[in-house]
Amino acid sequence: MASKNVYIVDGSRSPQLKARGRQGPFSASDMAVQTARPLLLRNSAAAENIDEVILGCMMPGPDEANIARVVALRLGISQRVPAWTVQRNCASGMQSIDSAFHNIKSGLSDIVLAGGVEVMSHAPLLLNSHMVNWMGGMATARSPMMKIKQLSKLRPHFLKPVIALIRGLTDHVVGLNMGQTAEEIAYRFNISRAQMDEYAVASHQRLAQAYDNGALDEVEVLYDSNGNFYAEDDGLRRDSSVENLARLRPAFDRNYGNVTAGNSAQITDGASWLILASEKAVKKYNLSVLAKISDTQWAGLDPKVMGMGPVHAMTPIMQRNKLSIDDIDYWEINEAFATQVLGCVAAWNEDTYCKEHLKLKKAMGTIPHDRLNIDGGGISLGHPVGASGARIILHLAKLLERKKAKRGLASLCIGGGQGGAMLIEREEKLEQQ
Amino acid sequence: MSIQDNKYKHWKLELDEANILWLHMDVAESKVNLLSSAVIDELNAILDDIKKQLPQGVIILSDKKDSFIFGADIKEFTELENQQQAVTFLERGHALMNKLESISCPTVSMIHGMCLGGGTELSLACRYRVMSDENCSRIGLPEIKLGIFPGYGGTVRSIRRAGPLAAMNMMLTGSALPTRVAKKIGLIDEAVPLRQLKHAARHFVMDAPKLKQPGLVQRVANYRILRPLVAAQMRKQVARKAKQQHYPAPYRLIELWKNYASNPEQMLQQEIKEVSKLAINETARNLVRVFFLQEALKKQGKQVEYKARHVHVIGGGIMGGDIASWCAIQGYTVSVQDQSPERLAQTTKRAQTSFKKKYKKDRRAITAASDRLIMDHKGIGVAQADLVIEAIFENAEVKRELYQNIEPRMKEGAILATNTSSIKLEDLSSCLKNPGRLVGLHFFNPVALMPLVEIIHGNNTDPNVLQQASSFARNIGKLPLPVKSSPGFLVNRILMPYLLEAVIMVDEGIAPESIDKAATDFGMPMGPIELADTVGLDICKNVASILSKTMNMELPKNLEQIVKIGHLGKKTGSGFYQYKNGKVQKNKKVQHKNIQEIQDRMIMKLLNESVACLREGIVENADMIDAGVIFGTGFAPFRSGSIHHIHDQGIEKLVNKMIQLEKRFGERFKPDEYWQKLKV
Repeated sequence: MASKNVYIVDGSRSPQLKARGRQGPFSASDMAVQTARPLLLRNSAAAENIDEVILGCMMPGPDEANIARVVALRLGISQRVPAWTVQRNCASGMQSIDSAFHNIKSGLSDIVLAGGVEVMSHAPLLLNSHMVNWMGGMATARSPMMKIKQLSKLRPHFLKPVIALIRGLTDHVVGLNMGQTAEEIAYRFNISRAQMDEYAVASHQRLAQAYDNGALDEVEVLYDSNGNFYAEDDGLRRDSSVENLARLRPAFDRNYGNVTAGNSAQITDGASWLILASEKAVKKYNLSVLAKISDTQWAGLDPKVMGMGPVHAMTPIMQRNKLSIDDIDYWEINEAFATQVLGCVAAWNEDTYCKEHLKLKKAMGTIPHDRLNIDGGGISLGHPVGASGARIILHLAKLLERKKAKRGLASLCIGGGQGGAMLIEREEKLEQQ
Repeated sequence: MSIQDNKYKHWKLELDEANILWLHMDVAESKVNLLSSAVIDELNAILDDIKKQLPQGVIILSDKKDSFIFGADIKEFTELENQQQAVTFLERGHALMNKLESISCPTVSMIHGMCLGGGTELSLACRYRVMSDENCSRIGLPEIKLGIFPGYGGTVRSIRRAGPLAAMNMMLTGSALPTRVAKKIGLIDEAVPLRQLKHAARHFVMDAPKLKQPGLVQRVANYRILRPLVAAQMRKQVARKAKQQHYPAPYRLIELWKNYASNPEQMLQQEIKEVSKLAINETARNLVRVFFLQEALKKQGKQVEYKARHVHVIGGGIMGGDIASWCAIQGYTVSVQDQSPERLAQTTKRAQTSFKKKYKKDRRAITAASDRLIMDHKGIGVAQADLVIEAIFENAEVKRELYQNIEPRMKEGAILATNTSSIKLEDLSSCLKNPGRLVGLHFFNPVALMPLVEIIHGNNTDPNVLQQASSFARNIGKLPLPVKSSPGFLVNRILMPYLLEAVIMVDEGIAPESIDKAATDFGMPMGPIELADTVGLDICKNVASILSKTMNMELPKNLEQIVKIGHLGKKTGSGFYQYKNGKVQKNKKVQHKNIQEIQDRMIMKLLNESVACLREGIVENADMIDAGVIFGTGFAPFRSGSIHHIHDQGIEKLVNKMIQLEKRFGERFKPDEYWQKLKV
């Protein structure tokens, strides 16, 4: 039976741990398992009736083929419950929610555990193709003579590793890395270094404030096997300032660029989960809910300016639901780069862009800064690519509840030139249940 | 007569198209296969038939679920009255094994699950052994634990297959080997997954490969001139665990091998002679009784079917944390609650150490256990748990407050268990809406090693809850002992007077070394002073001071003093002894002229307290006291428990001893009034 409404029951996320040049304490499945544990424990009725598990992840470890299934089994979820892994690059975590949403909507599932995980610190170093071919030659060389001959062909540059993380963060179709696509946006909308750095500082301040006010109760403590625990996002810099950020050198366009490590999303490890349920399941198991998912949208655009993805995905949602900017109480636009978020705001503010690229008659208007990413974002807490989509939806739902607000829109840009957006709404009536 | 005739009660014969005889063992009216006389007699007849009409090969297998053969029927063993009967009993087994060995077609034991004692000896009499590598599969010769050693030819045949070093080590420790190890030492010929077991068994019949011989080192160790040297080394190793005067069997086994290994025929004959002697002596009888006491405790956990899924432990300290990780190892989903993530981080670290100790390098098993153990500083697990185990510090008020807080959140029918070691249950249950759900689960430190759990029931405890708690203890591989709620329960109460007497003697100027020697001479696994140091003198003092109020027992001054100056035992590096790198430093030169009196003073206190517990009905009966002291305090197993020891020594004699001690040392040696009633 098709379900009219799809609800977010509850969710949890891990603290996001910065990659510090060595492998982090958790594998992707470790992180996903530990993060889901308390969520399932406190939602036992839903947990016992999960119909499927969907997990977004771009770089699972070599022992984590179809990582969703690995995690589901490790969580002790019944073997009969199927699990699958989804990828849409930076929106993999949102893709999993979207897939869950559609399966519930169509009546295929009633309760879905969906989320995203990425352990970027474990991204592998690969052998380059020279080395792979040389080793293949070694393996097939039969006689000692052939072996010596093959051995003599080894060259120093064969040993140069391929850094999977850098390759993954590069668009090989247009030949730009993600930071360079952000520079494109800064160029197009004339966004200055100062604007970017100011935005970045605000992100840190907002996250610090959110922790201080207890506004991040979706974060679950993680424990490693050496007696350490992780309770907060460790990339947060409470002492961040425009002066400090101004000292950083451009990270992508050498010498003349403006995008730095300080005004870009951090590379972190993280996991986020949501439990989604149909209206029927909410009633049957008497589940409390945070919000309902009202609409979702994917969009494609020029990969060179992939950071503009959010406005391309959000616009059809606004049109379809006949919404104006004032109708949205809170916005979560994933902070891949400060300039990219600022670019999105600028684009909707600009008649030309709206007419030319979004087929609008005029500018959409201004997203107020005090309604956008108010508890920080990728710049202060990092962007584990597979997880962020689920994280912003979860946080937006939590935010609506905290502010007793009605409507929120979450969106992110996707490397390769796409955008994803999701509209969620809180129903007063259901809250009283 | 065809050999396919199924006229047997315990065996089923099946001849397949390849003319292989599959000999299914399925002992009637029993969950497991035991080699009782009836089973042996039938097999004898079957083997006679086989010899008349040889099949391609014979494969012996079990039809019981996940077990092969548990060994001989120990009940029959207890019925042996004299050495002659024992000889007859053993000769029958030998005749069977010899007959099996002499069959000229290939014979294979197809082992899956437990294969112990006589079962192992039977498999060794086959030409080949193939074994499944599933977790439940074990093979071993544990006879030594019953005060004997293998008596169906197992000594000769295990040494022939695995070599003397590996085989003797297995027999002397009585350990049951996992498949991997058994294959490594050559005890079995093939280790395969269960799915390939039949294929492998058939392969050995059809191919009949040559048997592998033990390695060079093993063969050299069997040389006549080297054996005395090797035997001396073995004796040394055994002496660390068991004294010859207490446990003769391992020493006799070493002698047997040393003297007769060159002549297997003779060794087989000597095996009968030696085992028959051991079988009827007191040690073996007492150890067999310990085996049955253990079975009796296991039965306590089988009165009701109780399946908890989720266990919530409150308190992530050493006890709580260890209970939690033990439950996780046993397959339960466990949440551990403590005040802060800081504390739970330590709990996690300690649990990881336990997992590594248990699973060695098996990453998969470590991950699985870790995934079942949830750190829960918010305490959300309370609402999901079937069983909540409280293991916070000993303060009745704080415990009551906690109970009042969690009871409304607990599932209906969920059990609340406390690991208190000193507080009466009634003092805690009074605050509950449903006092009947409170029961004590008193674990001992270290949780992973101590087999006993006291199941404490107060006046209000629901009898069903008591049985469920016992069943839970059994399900996590522990031995449940139901004990009435009274100060010190059973184990600590009996142990404490003994410990304190030892501490008093230190105060009198007797060297701790002498005191500990007196205790280990008696057969205690560790002397009382070293034990107190190991447990922690602060903990000893706390328990003692709680008990001293009710038991009319004075707290020794020196104990208070040593705790005051912070010498708490092993954990602080000094207590009654000094410790270097965690190792006790004893003065080996210390001598005492009257070790016997030291021993009497301690042991009589222990025995007298056992009598008092019996009088008060702290546990169901005298057997339960014996079981409690053996599995809870390690009381010399070969003496079969404190009450049994009293009867063994003679009540009159011991009472007189008490009276003598009372005259010399005062009222604390006054014999309990119940000694007189023991006679009846």
